[in-house]
This record gives sequence, structure tokens and C-alpha cells, in this order.
Amino acid sequence: MKLLRIEHLDVVRGDHLILQDVHLVLERGEIVTIVGPNGSGKTTLLKTIVGALGPTRGMIEMPRGLTIGYVPQRLHLDATLPLTVARFMNLPRRHSSHHVDRALKRAGSEGLIHRQMSDLSGGQLQRVLLARAVLESPDLLILDEPTQGLDQWGIADFYRQLDSVRHELGCGVLMVSHELHVVMRTSDRVICLNRTICCEGTPERVASSPAYLAMFGHDTEEALALYRHDHASSTAPLGPLS
Amino acid sequence: MILDDFLVRAALAGVGVAFSAAPLGCFVVWRRMAYFGDATAHAAILGVALSLVLSTSIFAGVLVIAMVMATLVSLLSGRGYAMDTLLGVLAHSALAFGLVAVSFVSGVRIDLMAYLFGDILAVGKSDLVLIWFGVVFVLGLMRWRWSNLLMATLNTDLAYACGIDPRREQLVLNLALAVVVAVAIKVVGVLLIAALLIIPAAAARTFSRTPEVMALLAAVTGALATIGGLQAAYWLDTPTGPTIVSLATILFMSSGFVGLTRRRLSRGMSPPGRGSG
Repeated sequence: MKLLRIEHLDVVRGDHLILQDVHLVLERGEIVTIVGPNGSGKTTLLKTIVGALGPTRGMIEMPRGLTIGYVPQRLHLDATLPLTVARFMNLPRRHSSHHVDRALKRAGSEGLIHRQMSDLSGGQLQRVLLARAVLESPDLLILDEPTQGLDQWGIADFYRQLDSVRHELGCGVLMVSHELHVVMRTSDRVICLNRTICCEGTPERVASSPAYLAMFGHDTEEALALYRHDHASSTAPLGPLS
Repeated sequence: MILDDFLVRAALAGVGVAFSAAPLGCFVVWRRMAYFGDATAHAAILGVALSLVLSTSIFAGVLVIAMVMATLVSLLSGRGYAMDTLLGVLAHSALAFGLVAVSFVSGVRIDLMAYLFGDILAVGKSDLVLIWFGVVFVLGLMRWRWSNLLMATLNTDLAYACGIDPRREQLVLNLALAVVVAVAIKVVGVLLIAALLIIPAAAARTFSRTPEVMALLAAVTGALATIGGLQAAYWLDTPTGPTIVSLATILFMSSGFVGLTRRRLSRGMSPPGRGSG
């Protein structure tokens, strides 16, 4: 079942053509990751899908009644706004405490419910955002650099949690990420975006495509080394030493 | 009748304004639009002048101009000027244009000081009716849009993803702000309206864990400051509007002091080697 179909999408902001002729299809149960340099339109694409930006041309098609869970790139919390995690989870609609507890547990953030949002650490905040995104058992999860600002343990942890959530809900996942090695390991499909889609396919195919190599240069070797390392036996070679 | 007492009328008017200003003031604080409130209020003088020229009610004139001003600021923001520059230009120029416009109105004697500083003791019965209509309208509007407004304040992208249009919510806030300015102009005057919006909300922050509690405590603080300020002004023979704002400020400072002490105490009591998180 197709959760999302985008065709011929152009987005213009001011005088800039940010996205040009983007095509994208996402199936249920799939994890698709968008990679690309800064300013390549990744966040714009996600914002257009959730409806925060209007497309200039083209179409975005989603089945009727599809629920989207969205984790924005950055949640700036103003210290003047008192907000407990419990209250945040019930915005804008109230949910039963049973639902809220289950969502927090799914995202690995039990025990935070009475904390103030502005007191949470970066990792805790990301998990609470994930919990809020899965609260209504979404069909499609959209995550914009969900592990930004986390250390490598936090990152690994977050993706483990995400994977279990995906299996539990059977939802599709569309995310933007900079952690190339994790992307290569966790995604079913990778889309390489630089205003327009330069290449896409399985992680291995994308990683060896010339467009991707041109964009990410030396990072690729490391990502590939780690990727192969993961899939090889216990005698896998070490990554390149720098 | 009890409403024949000017002090009772004044107290009812002040408490009404404090109630409607409380939830709105919280949003003004959360969204960091303190000067936005200022600019809207200063534009009210222009509204007063216009309603004298067109001989409409002051309330209507102020309401329309305040609404136009708020919408203008929303439209202009993010178009090449920083928000504080834009508000600085608009707030003071609106006041200046208003004062100039007032001087053109010949044949009508208006007490400018009454609009700049308010004259709560001169509130009549019909003013009281108007104020409380405004209060009920603003509180109803805020209650209706509360969750959407909170969501739009928290994060615009998250709001869009929930099907909330943050621009519409901004418009709701602008409308509420215009109504509060229009009803408060008689009570505290143009120059002190922003104070009545912000100070109670700021004082309530220390003791609040949720947005709802903060709005409620802001209403209580505002009402206390109004009644206490009226009483103090009566005893000390001081101007009423400024006395109310001064008392609100004293409440704010006390709340800040309590918050500071509490934080220091809790830090002192936490076991060594463990951060507060």
C-alpha cells in the first residue's frame, strides 16, 4: 500500500527554487532516508509533506485519513512557557493516560511524564518528540534529523527505538539524517537529494553511485567501511584509520 | 445601588481588564511579543483621534486601529527589517501620528492625559458594560482557541502537521489584543496597557508548571494588583493607573525573589556530586 506519492514537485521560496521535479513513493513498512548536503532542500521537502509549506508545482498524494507523526528538526522551547511532558503529549488533543503512557514507553521515555520540557536533555527531548509522534499510531512517521545533537550512544539507542516502533506500528518512515553509517545500516531505501533527486535505491547502490560519491567524497569510504563491517562476519576489516 | 459607588465601578472595571489581559499576556510573554502589545496600544491614540473626527464611539475607533496595527505588524514581519526595529518604528510613529491627528480635531476638547494614563475612577456604568462584554468575548475566544494557540506558539511546523494554521491563530491573538486594548484604554491608558499584560504573566511564571496554571495565576495577580492599587491610590492620593502597575511590579519582584530563593535552596539540598539535571 502506498502511503505517499509525490510527482513533479517544485517548491520556490522567495526567488530560490529549492526543490525541482521531485518524485517520491513510499510504501507501508518501509524506511526511506533522505541524505544530502546542507541547503539541499531536505527539510523543505518534509515541511511540504506535512503541510507547513505549499508546493509551487506538482502533487503530493496521500490516502484519505492517513495519520502522520512528525518530529521537527528543532524544537526551541522558550523557558517562559511552563510545560510538562504530560501536557505536551496532550496538545492539541487530549488522550487517555493509558495512550500517553504507552507512547512514552514505546519511545523509551517512561518516567519523564512529570518533568518540565525545558529541563530535558537533548536525548530525552528527542525521545519525547518521538513519543508524541507515535501517540496516534501514525501510518507514516516523518523525522527531520531526529538524532541531531546526540552522542553516538544516543544515536544508536534512538535508532534501535525507532526500529522497534516501526515493527510495532507497521508504519512507513521517511527521515532526514546526516549519520551516513547509520543510514546505510537502517534504511530500506536511500534518496540522495540536492534540489532534485540525484540518485536513489538500496543503501549499497546509492553509496556506490557516482552522484553520491561526488557529493559526499571521503565520508563515503568511512560509511561504506562501516556498512560492510556490519554485514560481514566477525573477521570484518577495521575502518580506515585517520 | 452598589454600582453608584465610583470605587466599586473602578474595581469591577480593573478586575475585568486584569482577567482578560491574563491569558493574553501569557501568550505575549511566551511568544516574545511584548513590544507588539506596546505598538498596538500606542496605535490606540490614533484610534481615539479618528473616532473623534468621524464621531463614532471611541471603543470602535480604538478597536479598528489596534486591529489594523496588529495585522500590519504581522504582515510586515520577516520582510527585510528585524522585528524590534519594525515595532520600534510603528509603535512610536503611531503614537506621534495619533497626537498630531488629535491636534487637528478642532472644537472638541479632549483630555489627552486620560487616554495616555487612563482614568479608572471616571468609569461609568456604560463603560462597565462595554468592558465586561469585552472580557467575556476575549475569555471565550481564548478558551475556544487555547490548544491551537498553544500548539502554534510551541512550534509552527508541528502545528501545521496537526492541521492548525499558525497564521490564523496569530490573527486570533491580534483580535484579542485589540479588544483588550480597546477596553483597557479607559482603565490604565495607552502607556500602561502593556504593563498590565506582561507583569502579571511574568509574576505567575515562577509558580506555574503548566500553561493553564500560569494564565490562572496571572489573572489572580492582576486582580490583586488592581484592587490593592485602587486602595493604595485612595490612601496615598496617587494616580490610580500607575499605582496599580507599581503594585503589580512589586508582586512580580516578590515572585522573582521567592523563585530565586527556592532554586538556591533546592540546589543546596541536593546531594553532592549530583547535578540538578
